[in-house]
Amino acid sequence: MLENAWLIPALPVLSFVLILFFGKRLPKGGHEIGVGAVAIAFVLAGVCAVQWVQRPADLEVKAKSEEHAAAPDSVTNANANAVAALEEKAPPESEGDHEKEDAEHEAESIRKPVVREVTWFDNGQARVKAGTHIDGLAVAMMFVVTLISLLVHVFSTSYMDGDRRYTHYFAALSLFTAGMLVMVTANNTLQLLVGWELMGVCSFMLIGHWWEEKNNSNAALKAFFTTRTGDVGLLIGIAILFFAAGQTFDIAQINAQALGGELSHGLLLAGAAALLCGVVGKSAQFPLHTWLPDAMAGPTPVSALIHAATMVVAGVYLVARLYGVFWSGFAIGDGGINAVALIGGTTVLIAAALAFIQSDIKKVLAYSTVSQLGYMVMALGVGAWTAGVFHLVTHAFFKGLLFLGAGSVSHAVHSFDMKKDMGGLREHMPTTFKTFLIGSLALAGIPPLAGFWSKDEILLGASSNGYPIFLVVGLLGAALTAAYMTRCVYLTFFGDYRGHGHPHESPPAITVPLMVLAGFSVVAGLVNVPGGEWFAKWTENETVLTAGVAHHSFSPVIALFGSAVGVIGIAAGYAYYWRNLGPHRLTQRSGPARTGYRILEEKYGLDRLYTDGVVGSIKGPIARAAYWFNQRVIDGVVNGVGVAARGLAGFVYDTVDQKGIDGLVNGAGMGAEDGGKVLRLMQTGRVQQYALFLFGAVVVLGGALVLFTTG
Amino acid sequence: MYLNQFLFLAAFLFCVGVYGVLARKNGVLVLMSIELILNAVNINLVAFGLFRESVAGQVFALFVIAVAAAEVGVGLAIVILIYRNRQSIDLTEVDMMKG
Repeated sequence: MLENAWLIPALPVLSFVLILFFGKRLPKGGHEIGVGAVAIAFVLAGVCAVQWVQRPADLEVKAKSEEHAAAPDSVTNANANAVAALEEKAPPESEGDHEKEDAEHEAESIRKPVVREVTWFDNGQARVKAGTHIDGLAVAMMFVVTLISLLVHVFSTSYMDGDRRYTHYFAALSLFTAGMLVMVTANNTLQLLVGWELMGVCSFMLIGHWWEEKNNSNAALKAFFTTRTGDVGLLIGIAILFFAAGQTFDIAQINAQALGGELSHGLLLAGAAALLCGVVGKSAQFPLHTWLPDAMAGPTPVSALIHAATMVVAGVYLVARLYGVFWSGFAIGDGGINAVALIGGTTVLIAAALAFIQSDIKKVLAYSTVSQLGYMVMALGVGAWTAGVFHLVTHAFFKGLLFLGAGSVSHAVHSFDMKKDMGGLREHMPTTFKTFLIGSLALAGIPPLAGFWSKDEILLGASSNGYPIFLVVGLLGAALTAAYMTRCVYLTFFGDYRGHGHPHESPPAITVPLMVLAGFSVVAGLVNVPGGEWFAKWTENETVLTAGVAHHSFSPVIALFGSAVGVIGIAAGYAYYWRNLGPHRLTQRSGPARTGYRILEEKYGLDRLYTDGVVGSIKGPIARAAYWFNQRVIDGVVNGVGVAARGLAGFVYDTVDQKGIDGLVNGAGMGAEDGGKVLRLMQTGRVQQYALFLFGAVVVLGGALVLFTTG
Repeated sequence: MYLNQFLFLAAFLFCVGVYGVLARKNGVLVLMSIELILNAVNINLVAFGLFRESVAGQVFALFVIAVAAAEVGVGLAIVILIYRNRQSIDLTEVDMMKG
C-alpha cells in the first residue's frame, strides 16, 4: 500500500468529479459518494500507517556533526544580520553545547521512505517528476487528514441537511481533501504547490458557501487575498530553491543539499524567508493572521476541517517538510532567536489575548487556532521538530472536536453568540458538553490528555535548545489558553440559558464524530509518551536526523510548570466567572484597561491598516492609472487595430478579391467557353474527317518517334 | 531478292489504302481500302518473317487475315443498314457521329 499511496488522494478527486456530475441525481444528494470515498481513503491511510510501523528500520542516518564546526561564522553572522535587532544577547557559539549534541547523536536507524515517481514533463535540463514520497510524516498527515475529513463528512450530512447547495458543498469538501492529500504525499515542491493552491481555492469556495450575504463573500475574498499575499512568497521560495539546488523540485534533494553545506547561506536564507511568507499567510501567523477569524463565516464543519485541523497546518507541514532549508537558512540549531520562532511566539501571545474579548464561540476557537498554530511554528523554530509535528496531530484532534462541538451547539440554539444566546447548555446537551470539556482540557494542556504531551515537548525543546525566551512565551500562552477556554466553556455551558426556544441534543451523525474525536483527544498523546516515544521513531526522517535535531529526555520540572500554568489559568477563570472574584468591570473604571480593551477590540488595528492603509492606498492610484491606461492606451490600440483592419480589408476587397480572385474565376469560365467554341468546329460527325485526324496524329507521332529515337 | 522490294510494295499499297479511306465517298470502297492497308501490313509481316527466318511473321499474318474477315463482315453489315435507311451509301452524308 505504501507503493500505491497515490490512490489515497485519487479517491477524493474521483469523488469530486462524480459528485459534481451525478450528485444531484442521487437520492442523498451526493454525500454518499463523498462519505464513501473518504471512508475508503481513511481505511487505506490506516493500512499505510500499519505497514509503515511494521516496516523494518534499515536506513542508518548519522547526524552531520561537523555542521556547526564547518561554517559556524558565516551561519551565525548571516543569522545575526537577519534578526540583527534582536540578536544581541544570544551568542550561539558555546563549544560545550556542540560536544554534548555530538555525543547524543549516534547513528540511528529509521525506516526508508517509499518513493514512487513518474516523469511529469521535461524542460531543458530540468526533468520534473510527479510522485509520492511516503515517510512517517506523510503517513501521519494522511491518517489525520482522512480521519478528520471522514468525521466532518459524516457531521455535515446532518449539519448541512437541506442546504440549497448541499451537493456542491460535498464536492468542494472532496476536492479539499484531495488537495491536502496531494500536498502531504508530494515528493516535489511543484506538486506541493498544486495541492496548496487547490486547498486555497476550496477554502475560498467553502468560506463563501453562503455567498448571498455580503459578509460571507467578503470573508471569502479576504481569506483568499490574504493567503495569496503569502503565496507570492511561497512561489518565489520554490523558484529560489529550484535554481539553488541545481534545477530540481525534489524535496529530498533540496533538503540534502541544504544540509550538505554546498549551497550559499545567503541563498538558503532568501529561500527560507520567502517560504516563510507562504507559511505566514497559509497558517495564519502574525501579521497575516487576520483572515482566519473572518473565515468563520463558512459552515462550521468547514471551519473544523479546513480552518482548524488541516489546511491551516499546511504551512507548519511545509516547514516540517523542507526542514533542511529552514534549519540551515535560519540557523535554528544555534539557539537564541530566529525569524521562525519569533513569528510563532508573537502569534501565540497576540492571538491568545484576542480570544478573551470575543463573544462569538467560533471566533474564540479561531483565535485559539491561530495561537496554537503559532505554537507549532514556534516549536519548529526552536528546533523541536517532533514536538511541532506532534502538536499538529494532537491539535487536529482536539481543535476539530471543539469546532464540531461549537457546530453542535449552534445547531441547537441557531446562533454563535455565547453572551446572548447560550449558557446553561450542559443540561440540555450532555454529550456535546462532555466532549467539548474534554477538548478544552486537552487544549489547556491538562495531563494526561493529548495537548499536555505535545505542549510539554515544545516547552522542553524551547528550554533545552537554547531558546529561553520562547519557554516563557510558551508558558504564558498555555496559561492564557487555559483561561480563555474556561471563559468559553462557562459562557456556553454554565449559568442560565439566555437564548430562545428549547435546545436539544444533536442527532447521532453529529454526536458520534464528537465522541470519536474526544477519544482521540484523550489517547493521542500516549503515542509519544516519555519512555516509548514511538511517534518520534515513526516520523523522524533523514532530514531531521541529519540536521541533528536534539532529543531531550522528559523533564519533570517542565512538565510540572506546563501543567501548573494550565491549572492556574483554569483556576483564574473559575474564580472570575463562577465565584465572581477579581476585577470585574475594570474597563469601566480604569483608563489603561479601557485602552487595552479598545486595542484588542480593534484587533491591534491590523484590519484597519490592511483595508485602509494597504488596500486603500493601492486601489485609488492604481485604479486611476489603470483607467487612464485603459482609456488612452488599450482603447487606442483597439481602435487603431480596428481602423487598420478596416483599411486593409477595403484594399483586399478592391484589388485582391475583385480583380485577382474574381478575374481568375471568370477567366476560367470564359476560357472553357471559348475553348469549347473552337473545339466544337472539329467535331463534324464525319467519319472520314476523324480518320484524317487519326492518320495525321500517327504521322506526327511517328515522325517524332523517328526524330527522337534515331537522332 | 531484296527485302526492300517487298517493303516498297507494302508502302505503295498502304498509301493507296489511306487515300481510299480518306477520299472515296462510297462506303464499300472505303472498306476495300481498309483491306488494302491490312494486306500491306501482311506483306510486311511475311517479308520480315522470311528475312529473319522466323515463322512468327506468317502466324501474325494469318491472325490479321482472320480479324480482317470478321471486320469486313461487320463493316458490310453497317453499310447495308445505312443503305436501307438512306437509300445511299455516300459517307459524306452520314454525320451521325457528332457527340
